Amino acid sequence: MSAAAIPYTVEPRPDTGLNNVKIGIWLFLASEVMLFGALFAGYILLRVGDPGFGHGSEELSIPMAFVNTLVLITSSVTMVMAWASCMRRDLGKFKLYMGLTVALGGCFMVIKYFEYTAKFHHGIFPSTSTFMAIYFTLTGLHAAHVLAGMIVNGYFWLPGAKMWETNWQQFTNRVETSGLFWHFVDLVWIFLFPVLYLLPVPYAHP
Amino acid sequence: MSDAHAHAHEIDVDHHVRIYMRVFAALAVLTVITVAVAYLHLTTAAAVALALFIATIKGSLVACYFMHLISEKKLIYVVMVVTVLFFFFELLIPTISESINIHAG
Amino acid sequence: MSEHDHAAPEHAAHEHHEELSFWRKYVFSTDHKMIGIQYSVTGLLFLFFGFCLMMLMRWQLAYPNQPLPFLGWLFGEDRMPGGIMLPEFYNQLGAMHGTIMVFLGVVPLAVGGFGNFVVPLQIGAPDMAFPRLNMLSYQCYFVGGVVMLSSFFVPQGAAQSGWTSYPPLAEVNPFWGQTFWLVGMLFLIFSSLLGAVNFITTIIQLRAEGLTFFRLPIFVWAQFVTAFLLLLAFPPLQAAGVFQLMDMVADTSFFMPEGLVVSGQLASGEGAARAGGGSPILWQHLFWFLAHPEVYVLILPGLGIVAEIVANNTRKPLWGYKPIVYSLLALGFLSFIVWAHHMFLTGMGSTMSAFFQTTTMIISIPSVVILTALILSLWGGSIRFTVPMLFALAFLPMFGIGGLTGLPLGLTAPDIHLHDTYYVIGHFHYVVAPGTLFALFAGIYYWYPKATGRRMSTFLGHLHFWPSLVFMNGIFFPMLIQGLAGMQRRLADGGASYGHSQEVIWLHQVISFSAWGLALAQLPFVVNFFASLRSPKTAGENPWHATTIEWAAPSPPPHGNFATVPAAYRDPYEYSVPGEAEDYLPQFRPAEGAAAPAAVPA
Repeated sequence: MSAAAIPYTVEPRPDTGLNNVKIGIWLFLASEVMLFGALFAGYILLRVGDPGFGHGSEELSIPMAFVNTLVLITSSVTMVMAWASCMRRDLGKFKLYMGLTVALGGCFMVIKYFEYTAKFHHGIFPSTSTFMAIYFTLTGLHAAHVLAGMIVNGYFWLPGAKMWETNWQQFTNRVETSGLFWHFVDLVWIFLFPVLYLLPVPYAHP
Repeated sequence: MSDAHAHAHEIDVDHHVRIYMRVFAALAVLTVITVAVAYLHLTTAAAVALALFIATIKGSLVACYFMHLISEKKLIYVVMVVTVLFFFFELLIPTISESINIHAG
Repeated sequence: MSEHDHAAPEHAAHEHHEELSFWRKYVFSTDHKMIGIQYSVTGLLFLFFGFCLMMLMRWQLAYPNQPLPFLGWLFGEDRMPGGIMLPEFYNQLGAMHGTIMVFLGVVPLAVGGFGNFVVPLQIGAPDMAFPRLNMLSYQCYFVGGVVMLSSFFVPQGAAQSGWTSYPPLAEVNPFWGQTFWLVGMLFLIFSSLLGAVNFITTIIQLRAEGLTFFRLPIFVWAQFVTAFLLLLAFPPLQAAGVFQLMDMVADTSFFMPEGLVVSGQLASGEGAARAGGGSPILWQHLFWFLAHPEVYVLILPGLGIVAEIVANNTRKPLWGYKPIVYSLLALGFLSFIVWAHHMFLTGMGSTMSAFFQTTTMIISIPSVVILTALILSLWGGSIRFTVPMLFALAFLPMFGIGGLTGLPLGLTAPDIHLHDTYYVIGHFHYVVAPGTLFALFAGIYYWYPKATGRRMSTFLGHLHFWPSLVFMNGIFFPMLIQGLAGMQRRLADGGASYGHSQEVIWLHQVISFSAWGLALAQLPFVVNFFASLRSPKTAGENPWHATTIEWAAPSPPPHGNFATVPAAYRDPYEYSVPGEAEDYLPQFRPAEGAAAPAAVPA
């Protein structure tokens, strides 16, 4: 091996059993756990501490969020099927499933767009209450992560798929890595949905 | 990569795909249950506990099977366990400290 | 398959690196050494700038409301009308001095600079695990720095609510400066997160054969723990920064309580622009969740550097290698659960305060273990008083004073008196200035030959060291006295309007002259740094006769670092081994008659 090539980029290191990218993405996800932890910490503190917190959740559309939850869960399945297609060396199926994953992500964003604009139309903004502040910030940051995932997945779907020819193993690893990020984004939503949309209001109506 | 190695992967993959489909079904059902129990008019404490419990199950399924955490290497576990520890600290200490101070409420 | 680990373009770049354009070689480099130099140069420039801000503040403190001689006109009528500093400008200088020194100066130099340059070399790797991510990290840092600097020129100036940006003050103070600060922080934090991922992966995965974890140099262990601190502690500040940014631009009330009245007008609540209902304490929790581990980020790389230099210049192995390693790990873990000792006076209540006081007392133990081990390492050594060793030796008592002065702050009762006084400023500067900065200077003198192939002048090194040591103490020791007298920090008039400060106000002049003296004492260093670049390349591979793997590479190392892939055959500090001809046995030298190194590292 030439001294300049970086080892374990693709093949795993024997003692850790992992390649570099796998470790890298899990480390990044650890930092994301801490990020969303802080956001939820804000939710908890404001919910417990602010008498004016509660009623905003009654303004949210449960049906839209329910659909979005199913959209993201399905996109997680198509994502993992995209990786499985890579493992089966089926480029056609990979393209199908990856394309579906990106499309479902887009579907999520469209529904979010309608949710947000409906709020603004009714004069409800982040400044309206602490609940709305945390709602827009939490779902907004989550949506930013969905968008980032869509961009990376979109890259692997189209231009990045060239690596299929030159280095199939590394390409498959990259798809798996991107999948880990995507599943994490789904996982966050799994908690966001009940917390923001379904929990009862903390204080009775005045 | 030798054909035998590739073939071994294919067998693995079929098994995984069956699991993915079962997990998908479970997640869909649990999502419906999540919404249904929200209409049960439980006390706040019970509602929060139940919602988080179901979400934890769903999240664990995604982590363990979609993210392959159930068969991951020890190093990843160690990193994530330490992270989760700090996560709970960060999540709860601010509110606890505000709730038990003399001006609480 | 393993020969073609890279995407094709990167492989080509490695093979044809001599043909890289100026831009690919110096600006858009993915080589860890070039990136390390970029971080170091940028970090040093920011340290210089932050130092200048402080020197300006010291004029106001020594001679309150008097026109600044010669330079007063430079700052314009809206900052220093007639050369006399406005309080608003003083506050900007204070907030930005702290922000720049911590986030743009020390950490980029200690972690981005030293970490990037030295760690891959010390573990025998050709580069970091993710070279392009490394480049992106530097670029995010650069953008964050530009945003921070440009905040001086926005309407009403830079952020002026302390580097801690506590709401409600930060949110009712001028809009643009604070908003720029928040945006700058988002970039800086993102840069650190990417860097942390890179460091941890590199240290785990790219260690040379035979280099087990317990054969790693202490410097690598220190960077490893530091990276975990950055990875897990920064995200909460990222979240808090987003919350405060929302408060600034979207009029949310994450941190704004209801019923706040500012300048006679209702700022939050029924009828006001903001709804209210938020909690200023939430900001403090999220901020200090990062900012406490951050202070360990500030010290750990320095501790690592001192460990290397002490071992090398005592010509004996470090005393207590394993206790030091376990202490570093304990320090890292505990640093996440002490943060609210910065919040003892917020009305948390005695239960919470008692908890955090306890964890804070416990965390002093690993610190003391490390300092003791370093001091005990001197016993029985053949001490060489090289310039790096002078700075490393001075670090030990200075860090000791810094640590000891922290104890009354970590105990709730004395903290009631000392919180937010000059005592705090004296305490933390002892740790960071004659502590970390001295360690970083030591590192520059130590690794300069490796990075450039040239030696720095010893004479100029002494001229830099001795006055710096004197002036550092001249600046920060009086602050401890002022703080004990109750003089509060962040006052533009230096406490002149408070009766209890009058007896100690004269010390401001002692401090200010020491600060200006310290500035002069850096001139020999600057001259040395640049002039030595022109001297002949006579350093050779291992001018210090050191044992760690970076000294196996040429000086300076080429792209890819090592002509042949190195391996580790023994512990990192095998000095004065009985029976050996020389007084050092490098880690990378094969054992007599040995064939392969130890089995694949565990």
